[in-house]
Amino acid sequence: MRYLVSLGEVVLALLLAPGLAGLIRWMKARLQNRRGAPFWQPYLELRKLFGKEVVVSSNASWLFRAAPFVIFASAVAATALVPVLAAPMVFDTMGDLLVLVYLLLLGTFCLALAGLDPGSAFGGMGASREVTVAALAEPTVALAVFALALSAGSTNLGRIVVATLTDPARAVSPGHLLAFAALFVVTLAETGRLPVDNPATHLELTMIHEAMVLEYSGRYLALVEWAASIKLLIFFALLGNLFVPWGVARALTLESLLVSLGSFLLKLLVLAATVAVLETRVAKLRLFRVPELLSVSFVLALLAVSSSFLLR
Amino acid sequence: MTLPLLLVMTLGHAAGAVGALVARSGPGARGVATAGAIVGSGAGLVLGLDTLIRGTPFQLEIPQLLAVAGGVSLRLDRLSAFFVLVVEVVAIPSALFGGAYSRAWEGTPSLRPLGAMLNLFLLALSLVPFADNIVTFLLLWEAMSVASYFLVLTDSDQRETRQAGLWYLAMAHGGLVLLMAAFLLLGASAASTGFADLRTAAAALPGHTRNAVFVLVLLGFGSKAGLVPLHVWLPLAHPAAPSHVSALMSGVMIKMGVYGLLRFTLDLLGGGPPWWGGVILAVGAVSALLGVLYALMEHDLKRLLAYHSVENVGIIFLGVGAGLMFRSYGLMPLAAVGLVAGLYHTLNHACFKGLLFLGSGAVVHATHTRNMEELGGLIKRMPRTAFCFLVGAAAISGLPPLNGFVSEWLVFQALLGGPTLPRPELGLIMAFAVGMLALTSGLAAACFVKAFGITFLAMPRSDHAAAAREVPLAMQLGMGALALACLCLGVGPSLVVPTLGTAVAGLGGLPAGLLTEMPRLALEVPGTAGVIAPAVLAAGLCLVPLAILAAFRLGSVDRRLRVSDTWGCGRIGQTPRMEYTATAFAEPLRRVFAELYRPTEDLSIDFHPESKYFVQSIAYRSEVIPWFERLLYAPVVAFLRRTAFRVRWVQAGSLHLYLLYMILALVVLLLVSRWTS
Repeated sequence: MRYLVSLGEVVLALLLAPGLAGLIRWMKARLQNRRGAPFWQPYLELRKLFGKEVVVSSNASWLFRAAPFVIFASAVAATALVPVLAAPMVFDTMGDLLVLVYLLLLGTFCLALAGLDPGSAFGGMGASREVTVAALAEPTVALAVFALALSAGSTNLGRIVVATLTDPARAVSPGHLLAFAALFVVTLAETGRLPVDNPATHLELTMIHEAMVLEYSGRYLALVEWAASIKLLIFFALLGNLFVPWGVARALTLESLLVSLGSFLLKLLVLAATVAVLETRVAKLRLFRVPELLSVSFVLALLAVSSSFLLR
Repeated sequence: MTLPLLLVMTLGHAAGAVGALVARSGPGARGVATAGAIVGSGAGLVLGLDTLIRGTPFQLEIPQLLAVAGGVSLRLDRLSAFFVLVVEVVAIPSALFGGAYSRAWEGTPSLRPLGAMLNLFLLALSLVPFADNIVTFLLLWEAMSVASYFLVLTDSDQRETRQAGLWYLAMAHGGLVLLMAAFLLLGASAASTGFADLRTAAAALPGHTRNAVFVLVLLGFGSKAGLVPLHVWLPLAHPAAPSHVSALMSGVMIKMGVYGLLRFTLDLLGGGPPWWGGVILAVGAVSALLGVLYALMEHDLKRLLAYHSVENVGIIFLGVGAGLMFRSYGLMPLAAVGLVAGLYHTLNHACFKGLLFLGSGAVVHATHTRNMEELGGLIKRMPRTAFCFLVGAAAISGLPPLNGFVSEWLVFQALLGGPTLPRPELGLIMAFAVGMLALTSGLAAACFVKAFGITFLAMPRSDHAAAAREVPLAMQLGMGALALACLCLGVGPSLVVPTLGTAVAGLGGLPAGLLTEMPRLALEVPGTAGVIAPAVLAAGLCLVPLAILAAFRLGSVDRRLRVSDTWGCGRIGQTPRMEYTATAFAEPLRRVFAELYRPTEDLSIDFHPESKYFVQSIAYRSEVIPWFERLLYAPVVAFLRRTAFRVRWVQAGSLHLYLLYMILALVVLLLVSRWTS
């Protein structure tokens, strides 16, 4: 039963992910007085892409064709570690928060290599920028993990959730709040949202993610795009369920799972709305201003750790 | 069982060394040297594994040999056995690789010395952990340095190589002098120079002497390990040596610095005050970060790898430093985690750095260049080399499910134990170290995207690269074996960690039985309650792509594939000059860390004489200045030069004068001994 629920959680997350990306797009469009495509548009896009022929550059090697599978697999494995509906989960012993971070890094690594493989300047540019942002975001993530582990006594996600649920006062401690802010900035950077990257443009001077996947088409592009939306969902689930764990089911009854599903969708909705508002309000940063933003998030995370220390 | 193996190891290497010198220069000499190295290292591997697992220490005293200085004394306990194992795991594939690789020196006078010195180097390397008194240790240590110095000089007709050799020799002997000073302090009150006596004597030493010994030992072994700022010789000497030797120097020899530090600070001195661990931790963090930052700016494949050795030694020292600090506060389970993390990363780094250096050797073998800007497209020309290099690159970047990830995770877990320290400021230092380590591993991943992507992917950037062919089978086997080791160490930590736990038990008062019980598939760290199961993770990562492929087959997914040109905004042909270069790839990070790099740029454009809108040629030069090295080393070098110039008259070239010196020295010594007795 527990295995079934855990597997079900993974499948649910995979299915929800494209919708989440579509939802942000739709909200953004409404905020900008456009009608916008419906939130299920990404599903249609994925179906279309899965039905299309693949065009591969003659310069590309086997790595270009293998990368989408590795990227998708790493996203799926990372999803398995995230508490979506219930905690603790079966997959909790498979890995902890650090494993999750490094699984996502594995995806970035493969995607960047795949960007370089066709030999186009766009791919190289995207890869170079992506690894720069990913590397600079890394210390913030690690310190946010540190802050969480400090109060929960473990780096395993299920245990962090359970610890916060048993002692709700933790969730409003300054350490938690600061770590949340730090991780939110990192979420924007890692998932290619404004002000770091613009998911809506193909303008060569500004793009990061789009530049890397420029050579992908057909089912490969579908896998890469799907994996990108899964990554977004993972970060939202982390923000929602690690820091505000209320609603996460601790017993596997139908009732609590339904409550959990409802609260999870609500959290996603709130976070999506926040990002949509943010993306309509801020302009994209120049690439060389991004490190400043990331160092702000690093300082926030460092403050989170220090305050957890002092207020222990 | 152990003594015969030791004899086989010694005789195998000796036979390889002698055979290489007497055999006819050519395939014969190569074969003999390789066979000797593999037999010797194979025996060493069995020896190391046997002692590490069974744990019965082996002891051998030969008081007749070098009787004046206390005789030769050898001892193998679990810690030494682990380091012997680290040596041999890299030695066997490197020897195999080197057998084919050294073909490039056929017909030159370097071939036979190369084979002979390789065997002597391997012998010295595998014997250093055996040493059980100071004389034996110093002799083997020096043999290791000198043999590797000669190996660095294999291409001594090049000026760069000679210069690299000089730096290496100077740094190695500077370190040796510091170590001798440390041993004199340590051994002054001991009954003999045997390690057992030193251990008893060290306990009675006053605090400041112990501190002085620690600082000297840290500097001495740090210069061998390549800690910042004593790392300057690594990026010079490692690229200059033949690649299989670089693999050994970078993968294994610098680890002897780690061994020495552990043996002396933890075992003989029995650990010390918390600041010892703190210093090691801080130096480790700085080395890790600076190592990777300089690696990012490097476009010479082997120099890049050498800088990454600085980084990884830093990571090892982070683990060791945290372990020592926890030990000082009596937090033994966490101390064991830190030390085991350091040891695990030592083994892992040996495997993936050995693999990467062999891979770069294969690239050099096929293209005759180390400059990444001239490479590219090798994945199609050398698919097996490319695959092995990719495994190494992913492992060194700390990506699951490979070995680099597991040991970095352990280091993280040790550092995350910081809050249990009784003083919050120390916990904050650990938090800072966590941030540095995370930044380091992120940058390492960026650097290896560059190293692999520019070297192996896209189109060849030069004719050499376009004409590359896959390397011979022996070289592929060497790389393949290490790639397999990277995978196995990555998915099987629940077997490795308990073994390492027994290796650190008993050192510096660590109780036995820490970290020795593990769940079958998972890795669980007591004290921090982090759990991972890399084997399950690896299985998952393999299953998902298979599931997708199956879904593609079942579902109505279009599986057609067309090969076409890269999209290029309407331009007609694609040339390698349109690709991203290594310099361009690292440019964003160069800007971010411009304060550190202080890059100099020099751009000159030649316009057409008739119109400035037509450019005839563009010359762009850019350099990163290692300013703190200059700040630190330039005065020292200048001082040495000045002093050498002043005392030059002593060495005037007259034999009579030299004889006079000898007599004078003899008289002075006799007088001194008369006065003191």
